[in-house]
Amino acid sequence: MVRTLTYGALIFLSALFIMPFYWTLITAIKSVPELYQYPPVFWPSEAQWENFIIAWFKQPFDVYLKNSVIVVVLSTFGQLLSSSLVAFGFARFQFKGRDAIFILLLSTMMIPWDVKMIPLYMEFNMLGWINTLKPLIVPAYFADAFFVFLLRQYIMNVPIEIDEAARMDGANSWQIYWRIHLPLMMPALVLVGTFHFMNAWNDYLGPLIYLNDQSKYTLTLGLSMFKGLHETDITSIAAITVILCIPPLILFFFAQRYIMDGAIGSSVKG
Amino acid sequence: MGTDPDSAVQRNRFFEKLTPYLFISPWILGFLFFTLGPLIFSLVMSFYDWPVVGERTFVGVDNYRVMLTEDPLFWDSLWVTIKFGLFFVPFNIILGLLLAVLLNQKVLGSGIFRTIFYLPSVISGVALVTIWAWIYSHEYGILNFLLGLAGIEGPNWLGDPSWSLLAIVVASLWGLGGTMLILLTGLQSIPKELYEAAKISGVPAWARLVFITIPMLSPMLLFTFITSIIAAFQQLTIALLLTGGGPLESTYFFAMYIYDNAFQYFEMGFAAANSWVMFLIILALSMLVMKSSSAWVYYEGEMKNKEQADG
Repeated sequence: MVRTLTYGALIFLSALFIMPFYWTLITAIKSVPELYQYPPVFWPSEAQWENFIIAWFKQPFDVYLKNSVIVVVLSTFGQLLSSSLVAFGFARFQFKGRDAIFILLLSTMMIPWDVKMIPLYMEFNMLGWINTLKPLIVPAYFADAFFVFLLRQYIMNVPIEIDEAARMDGANSWQIYWRIHLPLMMPALVLVGTFHFMNAWNDYLGPLIYLNDQSKYTLTLGLSMFKGLHETDITSIAAITVILCIPPLILFFFAQRYIMDGAIGSSVKG
Repeated sequence: MGTDPDSAVQRNRFFEKLTPYLFISPWILGFLFFTLGPLIFSLVMSFYDWPVVGERTFVGVDNYRVMLTEDPLFWDSLWVTIKFGLFFVPFNIILGLLLAVLLNQKVLGSGIFRTIFYLPSVISGVALVTIWAWIYSHEYGILNFLLGLAGIEGPNWLGDPSWSLLAIVVASLWGLGGTMLILLTGLQSIPKELYEAAKISGVPAWARLVFITIPMLSPMLLFTFITSIIAAFQQLTIALLLTGGGPLESTYFFAMYIYDNAFQYFEMGFAAANSWVMFLIILALSMLVMKSSSAWVYYEGEMKNKEQADG
């Protein structure tokens, strides 16, 4: 009885969560008459797959894609390198003020983005970075508190004897980080990389504030442009939305084991 | 190392002392340039009339005075944000908990269900908005069609000020996968023996939920409580794109008020003052929740974790 109820609830809720995706997908491949048909069509009589290509050429999405890829690749690389370095520093050294600095690091997670938004804009403006991709890339090279926390938890679970043995063999701290811990924390790096990729790929407010020129736009900005340009072009909006969703969904699919384990790891191991 | 000459030993010592700081230096620099610097900068700005280009003038607490006493939009947008939070925060936690409890049963394909519930959290806010705009559409929306099947005439969700905020709440709740995941991991760390012992003693299911699950989960609930409050206050993307703050400013969030003052009217000083007020409100609310937490949060693992950390 409870069993049936549980499954019933799960299936019903899954349908609720899936339905918007499904609806967007079929909206993208409907023909125009079917789009406005009432009652609505739940599967188009003839799927118009070319709608994706038509939508893609309504704006310079090639350029947007290139910009998005540049931002995502460069910032993910920076995030992985910097956060793992900092995490190693906190996990494997005793130094003056370590615990105080670590608490400071954790508390920065509480600061609302809105407070930093205006001064950061002014700062990047002074540096001449407005309307370039730099504000979206460079900060990733300076480590993120949440990722540092995650990676630190991971490193702390590696037996210290491994470090000691390497040190006996004459390895220095950098080599221990680079040769031993970086390979060992690969699952955690996949997790951090996935989360950062999604944040960077999905980011809308950053590009909105820092970029003015269409040639600098990222995909999310391009999609939002449809709202003003073609108010009624539902098909193209749906098509680009589907395209925009695909990379994070694929990435999530492959990384999901790490995400689940990582979430469990960070919560259980205080 | 004992075989090294003295000076080299000293150099090594110095370098050894410096090494940890070198490792954490990226964060230290980032903290100074991208967090602490901007925070101080924005506090200073908030006491100035500070346009993006042109002369800035010191105005003392004038920005704060105007905001609190002369600008009705400040109070209106704050009220919209609070109303949103009053719906969003409890539903986000309760529904997240419900999903987590369902998934924590031994069900076939729990991995698939978990993935499905997490999917909306994976996509961009812009994509989420375009999806919901079409669902809510007054004439062609599937939501009103489904309501019609049930004999209910759906309202103009995004065009009617009495429904627009609720529409944004529902769209935001679609992304509760993150909350669900955190609560689920919390549930999985509760020892199974507790439930078995209770079951044997004949404790009914609802009582197990109330007297075992909720207390054992309370540290995670506290965490999601605070992050949900912060999320509610920072709500911007969805409202900006779905309703643009309308109709009749019924979805004009506090974050949008800040955004407009900064990037539509270029009143950087005034907007900085707005954002500091937001910061202080969030800080005060978080502290209030933290303070109340000693009454309702139960740290079973506190001692155990300490031992682990020391060992």
